[in-house]
Amino acid sequence: MPDLLSVTDLSVEFATDRGVARVLDRISLSVAAGEVVGLVGESGCGKTTLGRTILGILPGSARIRSGAVRFKGRDLLELDPVAVNDEVRGRAITFIPQDPWSSLSPLFTVGTQIMELMKWKSPRRDERWSRERWPALVRRYARDRRRADLDAVLDVLRAVQMPEPERALRRLPHEFSGGQRQRLMIAMALLPSPDLIIADEPTTALDVTIQAQILRLLRDLVKGRRVSVLFTTHDLATAYEICDRVVVMYAGQEMESAPTDAFFGGPAHPYTRKLLESLPSPDGDIRDIPGEVPSLIEPPPGCRFHPRCDYATAECGAGRPEARALGGEHRVRCYHPVGVA
Amino acid sequence: MRILALVVRRLAWFVPTLLGLLAVTFVIARVIPADPVALIAGETATPAQVDALRRQLGFDRPLPVQFVDYVRRLVGGDLGTSLYTTRPIVDDLANRLPATIELTLVAMAASVIVGIPLGVVSALWRNSAVDHALRVITVSGLAIASFWLGIMLQLLFAMRLGWTPLNGRLAGFPPRGVTGLYLVDAVLTWDWATFGAALAHIALPAATLAFPALATLVRFTRAGVLEVMQSNFVLYERAMGLPRSVIVWKYILRSALTSTLTQIGLLFGILLAGAVVTEAVFDWPGIGTYAVNSIIRSDYNAVMGFTVWAGTIFLVVNLLVDIAHSVVDPRERVS
Amino acid sequence: MTSALYLLARLGRDRSALIGLALILVVIVAAVLAPVLASHPGDVFEIHPAKRLQPPGGEHLLGTDRMGSDIYSRLLFGARITIVIGIIAVGASVVIGVPVGLVAGYYHTWVSDLLMRVSDIFLAVPQVVLAIAIAQTLGPSLPNVILALSVTYWPWFARLVYAETRSLGKEVFIESTAALGASPFRVIALHVLPNVASPIIVRASIGMGFTILTAAALGFLGLGPPPPTPEWGRTIAESREFLPDAWWYALAPGLAIFLTVMGFNLLGDGLRDILDPRIRRAAAASAPDADA
Repeated sequence: MPDLLSVTDLSVEFATDRGVARVLDRISLSVAAGEVVGLVGESGCGKTTLGRTILGILPGSARIRSGAVRFKGRDLLELDPVAVNDEVRGRAITFIPQDPWSSLSPLFTVGTQIMELMKWKSPRRDERWSRERWPALVRRYARDRRRADLDAVLDVLRAVQMPEPERALRRLPHEFSGGQRQRLMIAMALLPSPDLIIADEPTTALDVTIQAQILRLLRDLVKGRRVSVLFTTHDLATAYEICDRVVVMYAGQEMESAPTDAFFGGPAHPYTRKLLESLPSPDGDIRDIPGEVPSLIEPPPGCRFHPRCDYATAECGAGRPEARALGGEHRVRCYHPVGVA
Repeated sequence: MRILALVVRRLAWFVPTLLGLLAVTFVIARVIPADPVALIAGETATPAQVDALRRQLGFDRPLPVQFVDYVRRLVGGDLGTSLYTTRPIVDDLANRLPATIELTLVAMAASVIVGIPLGVVSALWRNSAVDHALRVITVSGLAIASFWLGIMLQLLFAMRLGWTPLNGRLAGFPPRGVTGLYLVDAVLTWDWATFGAALAHIALPAATLAFPALATLVRFTRAGVLEVMQSNFVLYERAMGLPRSVIVWKYILRSALTSTLTQIGLLFGILLAGAVVTEAVFDWPGIGTYAVNSIIRSDYNAVMGFTVWAGTIFLVVNLLVDIAHSVVDPRERVS
Repeated sequence: MTSALYLLARLGRDRSALIGLALILVVIVAAVLAPVLASHPGDVFEIHPAKRLQPPGGEHLLGTDRMGSDIYSRLLFGARITIVIGIIAVGASVVIGVPVGLVAGYYHTWVSDLLMRVSDIFLAVPQVVLAIAIAQTLGPSLPNVILALSVTYWPWFARLVYAETRSLGKEVFIESTAALGASPFRVIALHVLPNVASPIIVRASIGMGFTILTAAALGFLGLGPPPPTPEWGRTIAESREFLPDAWWYALAPGLAIFLTVMGFNLLGDGLRDILDPRIRRAAAASAPDADA
């Protein structure tokens, strides 16, 4: 079965004061229908940029140098931007932001903002909606659809365990706690009945005690609805909690991709192994990875991890390794995967 | 309920500040001059007349006593008597108030209606030709002396081109009406000829007055929109594919405007201050001309009366703007 | 000091700020070298009724006024008046306002509240209004104009410095320095003052512009230095009865005011762009960070 989302050879650059930063370097990634994929990497590895490229909301200083982002078979980068904004963004692909504190306008009630979303992105939206010529600001929201949408909203709010959904709608965003706000964002991501959710570190900004709750909630909801998730995080434990498959990124390149059990059971890439070793362990040793994350303006050639890698040889700097299948869904991009002949 | 608490808090600021203003004007009027009575009496008065006047006005009493009396009279609405017209200054001001209000309102409306959208456009098309042109205009707007701009506009449009009358508010009879605002009254009484004439008369003074206000509004709106565009909620709305016009004109503008709203209040202050000089240039029969004429005639009482009145108005405007700002920005209401 | 040089270098890259600086320098040079640059330096006092209201050209670069005096020369001497008024008024406002703001911001007593309430008055009421009252009371003269402007402008600096001092006071390093026993004066001078220097400089530059406009307005209303002082605002007032024929009479001084104020505004904007930490942070934030 073809993948729902297939990113191939994507390269993205940013223009900065100090030069051109090559934030993504021919990265490839795929997400199957109904699959929760974790995108793991340290700060600065490009995982957020990847999410934004898929959504198509990169800032003006960004350039897509090469590659394709295929969603349901069609390359989003090639399609008409207006159509993408109307039909894909907020409908087929939705977003859960990292920061629940400021992701909603503080001046409008939660209800207003959710219903605004439903006005434009409801699954009950008429076929004719896209073809209407009236400017967006004067479009009318048909009353019967609005009622149906409102019912759906209340249903989903109950599904995310929001107490007193009707009252919640009349409140302003800042009247909710962090955990509650993230439930709102999850609800808003589910309401358009999407095929894929891009979740950008959705639990990073929350208290640790709340994080587990939210993760479990999210997992239950997406599995129940067969929605795929591309879940970005820098925390391996979080990935373990919720993901079917994990992809590791380093400095704009994907290093390894494996189903969760295989990933945590037997990682092949040296960087992945170091990452797992650096998790705090019961015996109290802190093992970190020597060296520093490279500059993206003058990145190391070939495999960008090779300067810090124990197993590096000359060919690692000469050219980037292609993806190698290690049985099942396990893939690695390394000339010297550990534990492999 | 919370709004009430807010209003009370603001009033707690307002009252002492108003008293402070009265103290300041009192100091200016009675303490700074070597002999305030001599100023009031005029140059032709003899020393004996000055002394008699001093006793009559109570200026020989200790200063604190004078101040209490001063405040008491002002609270009672007595701004003093004009040395020139010998009428109570409040009456003179009240007669001329509608003219100034009309001018200020038209100028404000013009600057808001033109300025805010221009500011938004300037922010959206940042660093484009339009943006640069607007920046030149706005920077100029704050560097031009209002009175000079008025004179130049008169020179061009009234004297050279003859498109508008030179000065004054209206050549013929004012429209019958209740508000005292000629434009409004003319519309209400369906007197379109007068409406046109009044419009022609108000055009240049309003444009002169509006220009710096427009410049300020465009700048502030632009800055506000640019700042809001960086917000996370804008990113979210874009990520979820909301139509751009909805994002800009409904959500971004509203956030940008909460700070612009305070600016509009301050704008009112700028406009009213500019009105003094602008009215003088166009012989607009408002409070500004009254103040200027009083200066020319050395009508000392009238100038001080005007100052107290104007100062109070500005404090009131500040107060209202504060309250309005809290109402508009719900975050302040709840905190 | 190297940071100051760095800032100056950045200012050098801002084209409009440089234009502003150039305009200011032109005006200052005109003011300082007025006796040398003027074609008819005596015309500040002398009158030549026979030559009144001549259009620009020939001997008179910008024409002559109602007394037959050379407008160009009088304009140059007017620049002196303008610059002097600006510098002294703004300077006095800084000298009064900054210490007031520091004291009010550092101490949390009723004195602070009182000082800020007084400042509020002057911030709420436009400068012109109170300046008119003061100038009218004292009588039209150059020192009185300066006094009126200083008295009405110092609160802007006081309020600015107060706000900065208050927010700095919450910073831990101030508390700890004070806890170590440093005298308030030392704390203020060494720790608070350097941090408020930037906003003061920006406000002073923009303040020059506003002060000059207010001074011109006072001159226009007859409250400025009396004739024959060639103050720009007064010159414009004099020119009115001779319009539209003697258009140069009104145009020249107005343009002079415009260019001078424009210069200070542009420079002030440029200074604000490089000195305001919030703007610098915002600029940095909008640049894409690698951890995107």
